[in-house]
Amino acid sequence: MELSKFELGGTRIKQSDISKGNVLTLAVTPKLEYAWDDGVAIGRYLEELGNGKIIARKCNKCGRIMLPPRMFCELCWRATDEWVYCEDTGTVNTFSLCHVNWDASRIPEGEPLHLPAVIHIDGASPGMGILHVLGEVEPDKIKIGMKVRAVWKKPDEREGSITDITHFKPVRAARKKSKKKSGGGR
Amino acid sequence: MGQKVAIVGAGITKFVSRAQETGKELAWQASKMALDSCGLTLNDMESVSLGSAPDAFDGVHMKGEYLRDGSGGWRKPYMRHFVGGGTGVFAPIHGWFHVASGMFDTCLVVCSEKMSSVYPHPQGAFTTIFDHTTEQALDPTLIWIFALEYNRYMETYGLTKADIAPVSVKNKKNAMDHPSAQLPGEITVEDVLNSELLAWPVNRLDISPASDGAAAIVLAGEHAAKRITDKPIWIEGVGWSLDTAYWATRDLSYPRHVEKSARMAYDMAGIREPRREIEIAEPYDPFTYKELHHMEGLLLANRGEAPQLLADGVTQRDGDRPMCPSGGLLGVGNPISAAGLMKVIEIFLQLRGEADKRQVPGNPTCGLAQAWGDLMQVSTVVVLKR
Ligand SMILES: [Zn+2]
Repeated sequence: MELSKFELGGTRIKQSDISKGNVLTLAVTPKLEYAWDDGVAIGRYLEELGNGKIIARKCNKCGRIMLPPRMFCELCWRATDEWVYCEDTGTVNTFSLCHVNWDASRIPEGEPLHLPAVIHIDGASPGMGILHVLGEVEPDKIKIGMKVRAVWKKPDEREGSITDITHFKPVRAARKKSKKKSGGGR
Repeated sequence: MGQKVAIVGAGITKFVSRAQETGKELAWQASKMALDSCGLTLNDMESVSLGSAPDAFDGVHMKGEYLRDGSGGWRKPYMRHFVGGGTGVFAPIHGWFHVASGMFDTCLVVCSEKMSSVYPHPQGAFTTIFDHTTEQALDPTLIWIFALEYNRYMETYGLTKADIAPVSVKNKKNAMDHPSAQLPGEITVEDVLNSELLAWPVNRLDISPASDGAAAIVLAGEHAAKRITDKPIWIEGVGWSLDTAYWATRDLSYPRHVEKSARMAYDMAGIREPRREIEIAEPYDPFTYKELHHMEGLLLANRGEAPQLLADGVTQRDGDRPMCPSGGLLGVGNPISAAGLMKVIEIFLQLRGEADKRQVPGNPTCGLAQAWGDLMQVSTVVVLKR
């Protein structure tokens, strides 16, 4: 049954066929709203982010200190045992320089790129990465393996959200800045 | 096991950026062609299995029910399944359950997808696959996770974008011989590297398009299959596996879940040396690097060495281990579930020697199709033999 022996279905149309009315469409915007409960583990995680801290959950069987925290260990399939505070520093495991918004529209020229990264957080078990974004860094200076530190919103602006950390910035850049400051004071 | 299961017929539509047909009409076209191809009618089908991607694309909740009439599932045992991008190769597995169990002798397996309905772009519909509390607040877009995985893959093995771009060149060229193809063409590595940068390291020509389209196959048990055709293609192995949804905690350089799914299928098919025994494969290629990443997970290349096989021409249609002779998702298009089933149909046609200009030389007897998806975490595999 070679495909070439069949008349295949599927009729390609263009956007102009729709705009000219050659093909009729019905446009609808569904109104859906949700309120997602944070749950037990992430609820505490967010609460601690509001306090300017990153908290993980430890499984005493496999010994993993897990981020994001969970009340169960998915490997041992048992309840986790204790809360463990992590550092607010980590290592860039991978990153992207993104020119595209969530809906595939392009970020206008001149506006900052989105800089998503997987960051392995210090104090959690090796490989425990979270998704976040980088900032205060030239895109072409970002390297895998780079040490980064969380940049927090001011305490009164935090709301118990992953965005209480606005971004992660290179640790070295932070030191340079503080050196400059102290240098200026001399 | 109740009985062996064969693919005995196949149907497919063109893959297009936007089809005039509804998803239901596309399903009908592919299903009718599949039945016609093996001289059967809907009355011969004892069960119907449908695969289709998230309802959010169509804006139709309970899409399985919506697509049922076009898929021939009217007043029959009918079920929809869905494992993200892995759906199209889960489809023959799902149909295989029905027939291998001995409960049915035939099953019509249909995959239909209409991605063009959602505005402004189907990418928006993917936003909610990210964790709603810890990730969506960061305003992610789907490409992020692939760009992050692509970058980690390059870093781990010291690869460059130029090592990976030839996947797009090969697959788009292969697709020039596929009558369903949406984006076939002769391009160069330079074209890929110079195409619009979307999310470094991903350029436009590293990505498969969003598509509308449908595909279908007819499955039959051992005795029925031999009555229907003298060229049944047997489903000898099936495998699937899902990794953790805490995706940022995985080793992104190696898809361990793909290996799991492959080993499951190889064990069942009695395959001990996949590189020798799998003569032809359709690894899932929604992005250039994924074909290589998946070849490694499928144990068809050493870790980090798939790009060298690509550079050496091993994965060309006339190479020792042809990969994506159909043209893949990069060339033929990516109507999610239908794209995976297109890959199964390609191996079916190749093993029957009916792949027209796409036919690989050497009369292959054993091939593999694979699909992948969700948060980079599901892999589905079938091993087919003549
Ligand atoms: Zn554990």
